[in-house]
Amino acid sequence: MRARGPAGAGFRRQVANYSFLIPWLIGFFALTVGPIATSIYLSFTDYGLMSPPQWIGMENYVRIASDDPRFWTAMNVTFTFVLLSVPLKLAFALAVAVALNKGLRGLAVFRAIFYLPSLLGGTVAIAFMWRQIFSRDGLLNRGLEYLFGYDGPGWVSSPSTALYTLVLLAIWQFGSSMIIFLAGLRQIPQDMYEAASIDGAGRARQFFKITLPLLTPVIFFNAVIQTIDAFKAFTSAFVISGGDGGPIDSTLFYTLYLFQEAFVNLHIGYASALAWVLVVIIAFFTALSFLSARYWVHYDD
Amino acid sequence: MTDATLSRDRRSGWAHSSRRVLSYCLLTAASLVMLYPLLWMVSSSFKPNDEIFTSVSLLPDKITLDAYVRGWNGLSGGFGRLFFNSLLISVLAVIGNLISCSLAAYAFTRLRFFGRDFWFALMLGTLIMPQHAVLIPQYVLFLKLGWVNTILPLVVPKFLAIDAFFIFLMVQFFRGLPRELDEAAIMDGCGPWRIYFKIILPLSGPVMATAAVFSFIWTWDDFFAPLIYLNDIQNYTVQLGLRSFVDSTAQSDWSALFAMSTLTVFPIFILFIAFQRLLIEGIATTGMKR
Repeated sequence: MRARGPAGAGFRRQVANYSFLIPWLIGFFALTVGPIATSIYLSFTDYGLMSPPQWIGMENYVRIASDDPRFWTAMNVTFTFVLLSVPLKLAFALAVAVALNKGLRGLAVFRAIFYLPSLLGGTVAIAFMWRQIFSRDGLLNRGLEYLFGYDGPGWVSSPSTALYTLVLLAIWQFGSSMIIFLAGLRQIPQDMYEAASIDGAGRARQFFKITLPLLTPVIFFNAVIQTIDAFKAFTSAFVISGGDGGPIDSTLFYTLYLFQEAFVNLHIGYASALAWVLVVIIAFFTALSFLSARYWVHYDD
Repeated sequence: MTDATLSRDRRSGWAHSSRRVLSYCLLTAASLVMLYPLLWMVSSSFKPNDEIFTSVSLLPDKITLDAYVRGWNGLSGGFGRLFFNSLLISVLAVIGNLISCSLAAYAFTRLRFFGRDFWFALMLGTLIMPQHAVLIPQYVLFLKLGWVNTILPLVVPKFLAIDAFFIFLMVQFFRGLPRELDEAAIMDGCGPWRIYFKIILPLSGPVMATAAVFSFIWTWDDFFAPLIYLNDIQNYTVQLGLRSFVDSTAQSDWSALFAMSTLTVFPIFILFIAFQRLLIEGIATTGMKR
């Protein structure tokens, strides 16, 4: 503090300044710190809302690891979704961003069109529309029949394909990553390309030797954000499966399983343990990407 | 440009422009593929039921608004009530976020007090913390408070700056405002509240607008929180209402479902048209998720 008055005035200033932080402090303690502590505690209990929580030690976690086939199904579904949707989404986003970054006229229009799905994609309406497109009598099968005379299966009602329609829905929402890539591409100095082309480097070589390395910080950022987001995906799976992660648990996202355990079956204690397992998984992957970053992310300074 | 690159450009002029044409063709084709599902949804809402799955054409043979009338009245109590609920919750969320997050961001950037950096680090920590860690106890808390099945669990947290993302957004913006303004105001005897109201807020139009638009869209789109907190159909948001409409209508009235789907995304679409630049710049500069 610059103006040093009497101790009393300093204290009053402190109080006055702290008062701006009061709403955040209340929220932080009541809705973040308190609940974190409570949910750690609840994860070691048997609790069903009706009677007080019963301490059962590690039992919930032991059951998750050794005696819960649906947990492993949910893990399998979620990891398949994350490992397919994130790289494909980023690849599309990068490809379109590179195509748009050539000083084409109409950039703003294309950018807006590609961005629109990511703004709307998380809504119930879009999930429902997606279900109709890939249903037995849906748009896709009509189109396949019209074009090739092929009578397709019910993509969302078949356990072997349902998850992939959700992957496709996630890829369709590549727009926000694309915008971040575009912003990153703008930062690459144009004279690097000019110098490279004088040296006879072709377009592919320029892409792999200039664009890609200089863009790694942005790729890293997008990958982390999109991975965390993909682990948390919920609405589209909920609507497309009708709320139960079906058919036969083929779209049982981890979040969906968590929702069912907590709010449908009211296994509050067990669901708290499930929630912490998810938090730890997300934290682990975030930490892993930060650790790996030093080997592949290129920073200027 | 050097002579070498000039002649190079001239030589490859034809290849260059044909590549350009190819780029346009590919991008246009990609745009159509991207937009087709949306256009299909909208056009289906204007078609009679028997035409939706028999034709892949986007243009209805005969435009009819029947589906909108049927859909609007399809849910007991009608969709009007749900639109009012969603609007109320979203507007309150915007107000809550703007007030609480700007106060916190102002404190973090412009004021000095004991433990500021400590609190700031914790705030950044909440930014990356998955909601799942706090979800269940929050529910139990709101249940014990008797708030379940009211809009309070959806609105009150916004007045407590729970969306750390907006604090972060505003912190970035406030840091760019010249400090000389505050210092001059302090010389004139202004206290922190006066500086906040008379200097910071009037200069913060752009960041406030960005936060407001994103806050509205995210709250309007949100499905999970309303799903766990709202039970009675009178309290439903449009997202919940649409979902029960989908479940209850089953296989019968597609065009009414498409009509209501179109209506629920329409406000977002309007905001997108109106604030496109703001949204895109917001994402480009902060790397927002959506």
